[in-house]
Amino acid sequence: MTTVDMVGSATSALGAADWQAIQLTLTLAFYTMLLLLLIATPLAWWLSATPHRDSRRGYWLRTTVQTLVALPLVLPPTVLGFYLLLLLGPQGMVGSTLQQLGLPHLAFSFGGILFASVLYSLPFAVQPLQQAFEQLGRQPVEIAASLGAGPIDRFFSVVLPMCKGGYIVAATLSFAHTLGEFGVILMLGGSIPGQTKVLSIVIYDHAEAMNYAAAQQLSLMLLLFSFAVLFVVYSVRRKIGGG
Amino acid sequence: MAQLRLQANWQRKNFNLNIDTTLPAQGITALFGRSGCGKSSLLRLIAGLDTIPAATVVFNNQQWQTGRSFIPLHQRRIGLVFQQASLLPHLSAGQNLRYGFERVPAAERRLQPDQVIRMLELQTILTQPVNSLSGGQQQRLALGRALLANPQLLLLDEPFAALDSQSKTAILPYIRTLVSETKVPIIFVSHDSREVEKLADHLVLMDGGQIRQQSDIKTALADPQSPLFDGSDITSLFFGKAGKVDQWGRHPVFSDGCCIWLGAGTEFRSNDVMDNTNTGEVRLCIRAKDVSLALRELPDISIQNQLSAQIIKLQPYLQQILVTLKLADGQLLQAEITPCAAAQLQLQPGMPVVALIKAIVIR
Repeated sequence: MTTVDMVGSATSALGAADWQAIQLTLTLAFYTMLLLLLIATPLAWWLSATPHRDSRRGYWLRTTVQTLVALPLVLPPTVLGFYLLLLLGPQGMVGSTLQQLGLPHLAFSFGGILFASVLYSLPFAVQPLQQAFEQLGRQPVEIAASLGAGPIDRFFSVVLPMCKGGYIVAATLSFAHTLGEFGVILMLGGSIPGQTKVLSIVIYDHAEAMNYAAAQQLSLMLLLFSFAVLFVVYSVRRKIGGG
Repeated sequence: MAQLRLQANWQRKNFNLNIDTTLPAQGITALFGRSGCGKSSLLRLIAGLDTIPAATVVFNNQQWQTGRSFIPLHQRRIGLVFQQASLLPHLSAGQNLRYGFERVPAAERRLQPDQVIRMLELQTILTQPVNSLSGGQQQRLALGRALLANPQLLLLDEPFAALDSQSKTAILPYIRTLVSETKVPIIFVSHDSREVEKLADHLVLMDGGQIRQQSDIKTALADPQSPLFDGSDITSLFFGKAGKVDQWGRHPVFSDGCCIWLGAGTEFRSNDVMDNTNTGEVRLCIRAKDVSLALRELPDISIQNQLSAQIIKLQPYLQQILVTLKLADGQLLQAEITPCAAAQLQLQPGMPVVALIKAIVIR
């Protein structure tokens, strides 16, 4: 707390709570990114399968999943947050099951907003990876398999190096998108300092309280950071393409 | 005999594969047919790349796919070479070559990189960046890479289709060398009859997702109605052993009292034909249109090859007459002549004739 306080006082308008929020936000974004890369890889791989040999069932299944993945792009975050609240809360299907197992339900907790963030940023990880995998095609992987490489070996020796660009884009976009999360967390998180009170909510609170100096400083930080992240994404895209 | 048992009955929107057959797993087998006939699908079934339900794939005694059991490609030890872009672009030529080799336990390696580099003449290729290699060089490197992974079977999916005819001509002898030196059976997909004539020991004709016919290559070529000759010339094969180049640069190929001369610079890689230390076995492709007939040897003529033969059969073919001849060594040769010529010479089955072939039209 002391270092946080020192830094906080050095930059005038920001207090300890603000720094706590920044730290929380970065932690949330980092874990979200990590989880998303793990989840999005197999999902994007499955979605990028060539459709022409697909059975009718496979076609419908893939289309449905593709749509579900893209939903957070168009849905108001409050809608997503509302459903998650119902699902994860003490009365919800997931929440009540967790409680029966002697675990805390997920509403108003870090675990809850992490889960929400992963869902909310899912398309930002899946789409660049899917695009990279489609560009890669199946042939390099099939060749690697014929040369005796197992699935994990193929991923690290062929897919990852050949889709490096897609991974950089997916990681930065999901990280950056989580930073700006507001509506979902507002619904589900409940603004608990150090638990669920992230940067965007702190900014909102500052603005509500007419504390414009602090709001402006945090907003500027978020703006510059987002610019830097997107700059990296687009320069990578320009250099090595989606794949 | 080594063999590959295949069974599949698979329906898709505008495609079906209906196979129940046994292919030889030795030498070179060609799957021939027009595009969309199912030959690539059959190859993918063998490789285990498409999960086709209720199919059976048994290679010798290994059950690659039966009922519910399914061995994935990376455990089948099958070498794959596709039409193009087979190399891994993020690796160097040398890393590409060794990709499979490094994944084979040292005790199971039958070939060393040096041997493959020599066999396929890869030395100069290995020093170049992968993306600067020509199509033919890429395919040779891909072949070498597949071989070093210690395969029990090589599957080639139209491996030469993307090559210009010169590169194609240059790469074909390597395939023959590869089979005679390593004994790895090859199944290759093709829609180019010249390629098939040059390489295949066994021919499988496919159409509409089914196997219409399969036989050894000589039997297949003896049938003028074969789909192999749709839009291409009737061709016979002559098998023999290569001899030494003479002072004129001609290559002789001998078989039991027959000798056919090839002109210098014909489609052969001369060192391959002449210095093949293993067998010296050579296959020549002779178009029926390039064979003329005479009733006796002609001393005053430029044609170098004058082979005694006996007429076995005369049959009309398109608007010409196809004459099937038996050479002194028993091999069959087809000659295509006009009905007028056949009438003038009064050709009859059983008649002795002389087959005339220019030395520079043989490939």
